[in-house]
Amino acid sequence: MDLLYNIFIDPFAQMAATPDFLLQVLWEGFVTGTLYALIALGYVLIFKASGVFNFAQGIMVVFAALSLVGFYEAGVPAYLALIMALGVMGVMAIGVERLVLRHMVNQPEIILFMATIGLSYFLIGAGELIFGGETKSMITQELGLPTGSTVVDVAGGIVILQHIDVAAAVIAAILVAALAFFFSKTRIGRALRAVADDHQAALSVGISLNQIWAVVWFAAGIVALATGIMWGARSDVSFALQIVALKALPVLILGGFTSIPGAIIGGLIIGVGEKIFEVYWGGLLGGGVEGWFAYVIALIFLLFRPQGLFGEKIIERI
Amino acid sequence: MFKKIATGAVIAATALTMQTASVSAQETLFVPSLSYRTGPFAGNGIPIANGFADYFTMINERDGGIGGLKVVVEECETGYNAQKGVECYEATKGKGALVYNPYSTGITLQLIPKTPVDKIPVLSMGYGLSAAAIGEKFPWVFNYPATYWDQMSSIIKYIDGQEGGIKGKKVGFIYLDVGYGKEPIPLLDQLAEEMGFEVVKFPVGVKEMQNQSSHWLNVRKEKPDWMIMWGFGAMNATAIKEAAKIRYPLDHFIGNWWAGAHADLEPVGEAGKGYISANMAKAGTDMPAVQDILKYVVDAGKSQVSDRSEVGKVLYNRGMLNAVVVAEAIRIAQEMTGKTAITGEDMRIGLENMDLSDERLKELGLEGFTVPIKATCENHGSGGPIFMHQWNGSDFERISDLIPPMTDRVRAMLEEAADKYIADKPGWQTQDCG
Amino acid sequence: MIYREAGQFKTSYRQDAAIFPILQDRIAIWFYLFVAFIVIPTFGSDFFINSMMIPFLIFAMASIGLNVLTGYTGQISLGTGAFMGVGAYACYKLTTYFPETNIIILVLLSGFFAAGIGMIFGLPSLRIKGFYLVVTTLAAQFFLEWCFIRVPWLYNYNASGAIEVPQREAFGLIVTGPSASPSVRYLVVLSIVVFLTWIVSNLIHGRIGRTWMMIRDMDIAAELIGVRPLYAKLSAFAVSSYVAGVAGAMLVFFWLGAAEVESFDVNHSFLILFMVIIGGLGSLVGSFLGAAFIWMLPIIIRAVPKMTGLDINASTVEQLNFMIIGALIIVFLIIEPHGLARLWAIAKQKLRIWPFPH
Repeated sequence: MDLLYNIFIDPFAQMAATPDFLLQVLWEGFVTGTLYALIALGYVLIFKASGVFNFAQGIMVVFAALSLVGFYEAGVPAYLALIMALGVMGVMAIGVERLVLRHMVNQPEIILFMATIGLSYFLIGAGELIFGGETKSMITQELGLPTGSTVVDVAGGIVILQHIDVAAAVIAAILVAALAFFFSKTRIGRALRAVADDHQAALSVGISLNQIWAVVWFAAGIVALATGIMWGARSDVSFALQIVALKALPVLILGGFTSIPGAIIGGLIIGVGEKIFEVYWGGLLGGGVEGWFAYVIALIFLLFRPQGLFGEKIIERI
Repeated sequence: MFKKIATGAVIAATALTMQTASVSAQETLFVPSLSYRTGPFAGNGIPIANGFADYFTMINERDGGIGGLKVVVEECETGYNAQKGVECYEATKGKGALVYNPYSTGITLQLIPKTPVDKIPVLSMGYGLSAAAIGEKFPWVFNYPATYWDQMSSIIKYIDGQEGGIKGKKVGFIYLDVGYGKEPIPLLDQLAEEMGFEVVKFPVGVKEMQNQSSHWLNVRKEKPDWMIMWGFGAMNATAIKEAAKIRYPLDHFIGNWWAGAHADLEPVGEAGKGYISANMAKAGTDMPAVQDILKYVVDAGKSQVSDRSEVGKVLYNRGMLNAVVVAEAIRIAQEMTGKTAITGEDMRIGLENMDLSDERLKELGLEGFTVPIKATCENHGSGGPIFMHQWNGSDFERISDLIPPMTDRVRAMLEEAADKYIADKPGWQTQDCG
Repeated sequence: MIYREAGQFKTSYRQDAAIFPILQDRIAIWFYLFVAFIVIPTFGSDFFINSMMIPFLIFAMASIGLNVLTGYTGQISLGTGAFMGVGAYACYKLTTYFPETNIIILVLLSGFFAAGIGMIFGLPSLRIKGFYLVVTTLAAQFFLEWCFIRVPWLYNYNASGAIEVPQREAFGLIVTGPSASPSVRYLVVLSIVVFLTWIVSNLIHGRIGRTWMMIRDMDIAAELIGVRPLYAKLSAFAVSSYVAGVAGAMLVFFWLGAAEVESFDVNHSFLILFMVIIGGLGSLVGSFLGAAFIWMLPIIIRAVPKMTGLDINASTVEQLNFMIIGALIIVFLIIEPHGLARLWAIAKQKLRIWPFPH
């Protein structure tokens, strides 16, 4: 009886008793969800265009953030460092396309997946060799990002809004809008969608697959840099950050591997869901349930829709 | 092509077996250093490894080694990974290793059962298995200057002093959810019962180290009066940032001595002002021995430090303290056995007769560097006092006197834990201190 | 010249269906076993046996487990590390309750617990496929990791949260714990690995193995001609997890001696998937080759600067190690996506016509 009370009544009683705290939890969930969505977006972009499940997205986040901080520490002004970090991601995109993807056309998915794990090993080694393993702090202020916080009085209590979190949500929104525009309005974006639909058909109308792949990897690099800045500002830039990228995987299955709106909605569902569950129910299980709870949400959705919420319908033929 | 690879592999493998089989017999003092300059905890591992190596380089350069023998420090990269740590142990133990300093509770736990078999002591300085402080039960393991349990009791004592009685208060314990973070929980629970305060625990998984917002939402929900942290690596900076974010009073937030280094607070900067942590060795360079390191090692370009200012930071000095203790143990062992090229067994005697008093520290050019460390046959943990220091936005300032642990309570619990540890190990080597 | 099958005639179906149809192969396999059972324990140094051979065999075992699932049945899994953990924790609990029972029997029994858990987490595979399934097995991985931390009963309420292997004897010899000699532990591991490889090999070449391969090649078609996906997939999950569980129990009992959840984390799942892919999907020999390659390569790279007298920091070596392994994996996948097993087969083919190639 006690257990039932703790599961079904007590958490809701708590929510009702301290609505300000509930709002804070929801806000935290929203912000984390946005960041998960950003990481998931990186995966989706690449998977959509090349069918590669890019495991290296996590280390790309770290690598992008490290280059940014590394350039700045070497004496480059912040904004120039930002452009140079983008340049690094661009060079990497071309490198990956030239040295890896081009040679692996027509391989099974799992081989490509493995190749990206190889790539992530390479980037871990290279990153530590070049930038050192020390924890670095993100150059938040130098980039003109806001710091500090605002306290809002609502519902008889307070909600603390970090300016950087607000900025993260705004930047994520801008990035998504820009990507959506890029995909639907530009020539190269349309070519990209064509490639996503059918590689061979795209090839036969004269679209260069190699070029498209370099472009999507670069786009994923931009997303990685944005994620790296935001997450780096929330905690700091270290190699442990790549683990966070694993959190984006349930978002991915929830939203579907090929859907950009799916990544965003999936990110928000998981971000809010796991925070609420951890705060109100986690104590019953001894805490720390965040690590797997996201997967459980995703799994439940998946049992009803095996292709994720917005994934393309799976059609099976013999 | 395949054949070439195969032949190459075979040649390399044979060479490897040969190479490890031939134990180097030249007269040196071989001290392996299980470092982690890579991986998620590299930020903490680098200064420790630097401090450890630099002190021995300085001893070699300035004094020509210890007892006329050069100290050879060989680093083996563990990445804070227990499996790689064991591999490092296996790879180096045959070369006449004197002592192991694993710098990871996980690796320490793996090595403890191996110590009596290979006759090489383990010095887990202020970490590892707390129960190993019971010298009768763990002849080969040393964990002075204080165990985690000693440290926890000192922190509780500090809170008790600040609050004018901890009774009825709520203490939050946020910890890294691995062996290291869980180590002090039995003591904390026991003290809570005895002293009448409430404990709330917030485990942080390794995967969640940089994603702690829900943990701190829980803190805001529970509203503890004090927070204690057993954190490491990237977890520390994130925790302090999140604490500041929810407006938790940072001067009521106390980290243990692995959660209060420059590497942890520098990324936080001004926002971490007021944060308190425990420590065992003084930071700074205003000691003759540290000046010698700067002179003989750093300025001579023989150090791996990225910048001269790294010397004297909390973890650098921690690594150096470890080296001081090892060097002192070597000297004592040489004195007691009368030979200069000592073995692991001799080293154990040296460690057991450790007496790093204030006078001795002064002789070493390290006046006031650390609290006196004294080991006996029964007590391998020394049970020394600790002090608190506080982050002022750019550096640490010492804010407390030495706080001794609640030895009476801790010792009994340690004995119990030690008995439990060896209960299911028939033939476990103990020693008689009669 | 030597490796030639001319003159070897098969006179019965039994001979034709043999796993090693060629005499030289049969001789070779006995030779390998001779080396493994007699030469290595006699002449290998402690470091070679302890840090190279024992983990190599254990990881080869785990790779075989994953190969059953991924290589033969086509279900990609990233939960191998956790299934190994289930075996390890089960064995630890078993030996706590039955301290007198021969530890080798307990190690073999503990695999059944892993098999049970594996089947439960295999259920979604009936509906979910491809990368969606990968992420589902990750759910198993993270959930089980959490259990290993949050259920103190599993590690006997140890304050440190680690399982520590008690000393156990079998056949009058100490086989676990720090006092056990490396050669004894090596021989125990080797025996178990050889025995289970033999069992799995028979399973694969039998009826059940063929249903797995049908599911892998095209599950709908297999279903249409009468293979039940439920039985085929779940049996693959069960066998795979059983083998992984035994490997996990061996990992703790015969190699590490003590383990925290870290020894069964997702990195190990990746490591073993690597071994399977580099070795070759759907090949038992490949599992051994892949495990040897992935496990021994870093150790050899680490030893290179010392042997050649180069003065490089340990950390730099480790970083280069990461880069070299990463690059090698990519190069390997580009040159031979079918893995070392294919190279092995090509080498054998070349040898057959040597010295007179076409």
